[in-house]
Amino acid sequence: MSGARRLVPSGDATRCVGAGQCVLTAPEVFDQDDDGTVVVLAEEVDESYRALLAEAAYLCPASAISFAEHG
Amino acid sequence: MNEDNDTSALPELPMTRECPYHPPAGYEQLRAIGPVTRVRQFDGRPVWAVTGHLETRELLSSPHMSVNRFHPNFPMPIPALTQLQSPRTPAIGALIRTDPPEHTRQRRDILPSFTLKKIAVLKPRIEQIVEDRLDAILAKGPTVDLVEEYTKPAVAMVLSQLLGVPFADREYFEDLTYRRFDPAQVVDALSDLTDYLAQLLRAKETEPGDGLLDDLVGKVLAGELDRDELVKYALVLVIAGQETTANTIALSVLTLLEHPDQLALLLDDPSLWPNAVEELLRFLAITGGLSRVATADITIGDLTIRDGDGLIFLNPGANRDEAQFDRPNELDVRRTVRNHLTFGFGIHQCIGQNLARVELEVALRRLFARIPALALAAPMEQIPMRQGLVFGLAELPVTW
Repeated sequence: MSGARRLVPSGDATRCVGAGQCVLTAPEVFDQDDDGTVVVLAEEVDESYRALLAEAAYLCPASAISFAEHG
Repeated sequence: MNEDNDTSALPELPMTRECPYHPPAGYEQLRAIGPVTRVRQFDGRPVWAVTGHLETRELLSSPHMSVNRFHPNFPMPIPALTQLQSPRTPAIGALIRTDPPEHTRQRRDILPSFTLKKIAVLKPRIEQIVEDRLDAILAKGPTVDLVEEYTKPAVAMVLSQLLGVPFADREYFEDLTYRRFDPAQVVDALSDLTDYLAQLLRAKETEPGDGLLDDLVGKVLAGELDRDELVKYALVLVIAGQETTANTIALSVLTLLEHPDQLALLLDDPSLWPNAVEELLRFLAITGGLSRVATADITIGDLTIRDGDGLIFLNPGANRDEAQFDRPNELDVRRTVRNHLTFGFGIHQCIGQNLARVELEVALRRLFARIPALALAAPMEQIPMRQGLVFGLAELPVTW
C-alpha cells in the first residue's frame, strides 16, 4: 500500500432523519434506502473527498454523518 | 430565567417586518445584545430568543430540546396561536409537536414518501401543474394577482398530488386548505379538513390511488398504524408545507423584481436557479419562530439555559448572522449557502424540504422563462403584507 490516506465514511441510520443533505452533497458516497434513511455506498474514498465528507457531516441536522481515516 | 422577575424592560416578541424581504429590524438588535438573549412574550412571560447561527445549530441539535406544547413554559411566538390550542384541533399534535421516541416512529412512517427518489418522480407532475397555471395566467393577463392565480393554487395542487387526493375531490380539498389561511376560519377549516381526510382514508381502503396516503393506508390495514394518526400526518403536512411554500414563492418573485441585477443573472444563466433557490431560502426565511422548551440545564457560550426554560428560535435572524455569512443582508444568487436555517435544524428539520426546493425552483424558473417581462403592477410599498407565524404577501399584483 502506498502512503495515501483513505477516508472511511459512515452514516448512522438510527440517528438519520432523512433530510437528504448527505446525498445532495456527496451522491457517490451516500444514498437513501427505500425507508428514507442513509446508506453508505463507498466503503472508503480517497483524500479528495475530505471536504465533501466534512460538508455532509456539517449539514446533517441529526449528526448522523461522520468519517474516520486510515493511511 | 428561573427567577420570575419583572420582564417589562425586555424587548418584546413578536416583532414585525418593515420590509417584506428583510427580517424585523429588531432581530439584529437582539443579536447585538447576544446570540441567545432574554425577551418577553406578548403575554409577559420571559423566554430566550436565539438569533445566532452557531447557537441555533447547537441548541436545535440538543437532545434536551422538547416540542411539548403542553409544558407550562412552552413559548407562544404569536397571539393567534392560542386559538389553535382549541380542543377542536388536536390533530396538529403529530410530528412537529412530538418528542422521541414518538417522533422517531412518526417520522419513520412518513420518510419513505419524501426520499429524493420519490421527489424526483413527482417533479414532472409539478412541472405540468406549473405549466398549466402559467397557461391560465397568460390567458387571463396582462395583469393578475400572482398569489391568487399562481402560487396558492399551484402549491395546493402539488399537495393534492402528493397526498393522493382524487381528482373529483380536489376543488373541495384545495378550498378547505385556502380557508385555513383566514384567521377567522382557521379552526373550522382544520376541523373540516380532519373530517374530510378521515373519510378519504376510509375510501382509500377499498379504492387505492398512488399518493402518500395510499402508501400509508397499507400500514393502517396491516394494523401497524392507527387511522387517526394517519389523519394527523396528512394535516401536519398541509399545515407545514402549504403556506410556507406558497408564500416563499410569491416573496421570491417580489424580491427578484426588486433586485433586477440578480434576476438578470438568472435569466442569462438558468442553471443558476438551484443555487438561487438556496440563497432565496436563506434571505427570505419567513417563519416567525420555532418554539422549544429545555428538558435539562444546557450550557451555551457563557450562558446556562435552565431545565424548563422556553426558547424561540428566530431563524430569519440567524440567517443574517454576520459571524457566519459575508454581507448577510445582500441577496447574492451566486453564493453557496446550503447551511441556512430556513428548514430548521436537528431532528425536526423540515421533512418536506426537498419537495419545497423543487417547487420553488420549478415555479420561479418557469414563471420568469415564460413571462420575462414580468413587473410589479403596484409599488412595493403598496403590496399588503401578512405578519404572523408564517410571513407572507396578502397579494402580489403583477403585469407584463
